[in-house]
Amino acid sequence: MSLRDSTFWPMLWKEFIEMRRDRVTLGMMVGLPALQLVVFGYAIRTEVRHLPTVVLDQSRSSESRALVSVMRNTGNFDITESVASRAEVEDRIVRGMAKAALIIPPDYMRDLKRGRTASAQMIVDAADALASAAALAGAAQAGQARTIEIVSARTNGVVPIEVRVRPWYNPSLRSSAYIVPGIIGILLAMTLIPITSMAVVRERERGTLEQLIVTPIGKTSLMLGKLMPFVLVAYVQMTVVIILGKLLFDIPIRGSVALLYAITLGYIVANLALGLFVSTVARSQMQAMQLGMMFLLPNVLLSGFMFPREAMPPIARWIGFALPLTYYLDVVRGVLLKGVGFHYLWRDTVILAAFASVTVTLAVRRFSKTVE
Amino acid sequence: MSDDAAAIKTIALRKAFGPLVAVDSLDLEVPRGQIFGLLGPNGSGKTTTIRMLCGLLRPTSGSAVVIGFDIRTESESLRCNIGYMSQKYGLYDDLTVYENVRFYATVYGLHGAVREARIAELLRERGLETRRDQFAGTLSGGWKQRLALATATAHRPQLLFLDEPTAGVDPASRRSFWDVIRKMAAAGTTVLVTTHYMDEAAGCDRLAILSRGRLIAVGTPGAITKQFDQPTIEDVFIELQRRDEGALA
Repeated sequence: MSLRDSTFWPMLWKEFIEMRRDRVTLGMMVGLPALQLVVFGYAIRTEVRHLPTVVLDQSRSSESRALVSVMRNTGNFDITESVASRAEVEDRIVRGMAKAALIIPPDYMRDLKRGRTASAQMIVDAADALASAAALAGAAQAGQARTIEIVSARTNGVVPIEVRVRPWYNPSLRSSAYIVPGIIGILLAMTLIPITSMAVVRERERGTLEQLIVTPIGKTSLMLGKLMPFVLVAYVQMTVVIILGKLLFDIPIRGSVALLYAITLGYIVANLALGLFVSTVARSQMQAMQLGMMFLLPNVLLSGFMFPREAMPPIARWIGFALPLTYYLDVVRGVLLKGVGFHYLWRDTVILAAFASVTVTLAVRRFSKTVE
Repeated sequence: MSDDAAAIKTIALRKAFGPLVAVDSLDLEVPRGQIFGLLGPNGSGKTTTIRMLCGLLRPTSGSAVVIGFDIRTESESLRCNIGYMSQKYGLYDDLTVYENVRFYATVYGLHGAVREARIAELLRERGLETRRDQFAGTLSGGWKQRLALATATAHRPQLLFLDEPTAGVDPASRRSFWDVIRKMAAAGTTVLVTTHYMDEAAGCDRLAILSRGRLIAVGTPGAITKQFDQPTIEDVFIELQRRDEGALA
């Protein structure tokens, strides 16, 4: 049979018509990227800024005011109130009005003048670990900055040690720069697996799969025609996220978009195959949907999408190795944020391609068996 | 293939699902150009038999030749020459009447002007012209049945399998459906049909009765009623079921 007369074409034709008329799914395909982008992009903030902070300044001196101002300049603290007693400090923190409190003792200025170590206290509401980490870092940074100012004034600008931190690829340390490229990976897994599995299960439920099998349509044409449109869907979604990411979050596109799209194919195919596999297990569209969603949680939590895998216990890290998204994140962040080329990404590319071939083999074998 | 060769010939056909034997040592011969009815209570193996004969299920053992093709080794060629219509109809709800027919016609290898001519002919013959652009999902049972028949016969199959094709449609639709089937048989198409309607069974050229996976009677409706000494096919059927249950008890 020539390619022109292949039964793949009517399958593809039918699939596109169905897709065009299924408004809900279509809306999901375009709406979901936008929704995800806004939810994840705006809401996930691992960097905590502007902690409401109260100040108890018992020194009331030019030096104590200088310290407060340095604290404020770190951007980690919003000075909301100046309180008069330790009781008030406690009250504000208990009531949740303040997450941190800066206490400068009465002898702060005097100690400094006498050349002794002047101490100030930062109290942190550590019930919120992320916020307290930010407060700790901000306090240390402010203390150090002020120390350097004072010391360098005494020694005519010579500071014994200075460590300069240069944040590469994401100089302003925005978590959106880290999160948004990852959304492409999450989104593709989150839509492709349920949508493909539901599409195949629907054919089975309606009896059309059985009807197709008694026709001369080959299994390859059947599967290719069925799954090919979703490759297009995936690329559309990906493009939506990249464009919106650029417009809303100013996500850089430093590397080759063509390279990114090419490597993404392996990731897409792996997810489509997982969807096909799910369709052979699920008995109804509802089950297919739920099984598909099952992949969401490990993908979000263990792939390194939200939390660095370096911080995970070994078991969580091993599971992460089994997720295609783990490798895809390297690729998408590498290309967009770092602008790296294939030279640095070939290992991830090979792994994704391996994932794709293994999942395709398993899914096709299982699918063929269920339709005999 | 000579004209006198049977449309279907099975030898010791058997299908087991684990310990459950759905069809056992089935020897069946269906002559060409006839309407052949396959009867039996639920679970007797009718659907399993049809599904094996049209290549949806692989037999556990035994063999079958359908319109000259071995169902095990020549299923590709077989599929180009048979039509299959099940209770579920196998229609795409989101596609129009025309698109459903066009889809199946293309899958069966029709292209271009030949395809369009065939679609026009099918729509005219099944009286679907006025509903050409209606979505299949919005059709009522009788119309869906007509459309399903059109999609199953787009390629003019030599043999048509009908698995309870009239379940759930109104009597008028049922009658007109059978008129079409008889016309097709008269034109040379062999039809293998399962049904629970005894009037439909009585209208078949030949019948085979299955019970618990085995063939227990085969012949013309007249011969079968005579064989069992019953006035109608329905009485034969009920008598057989009673014997079965007796044997079981």
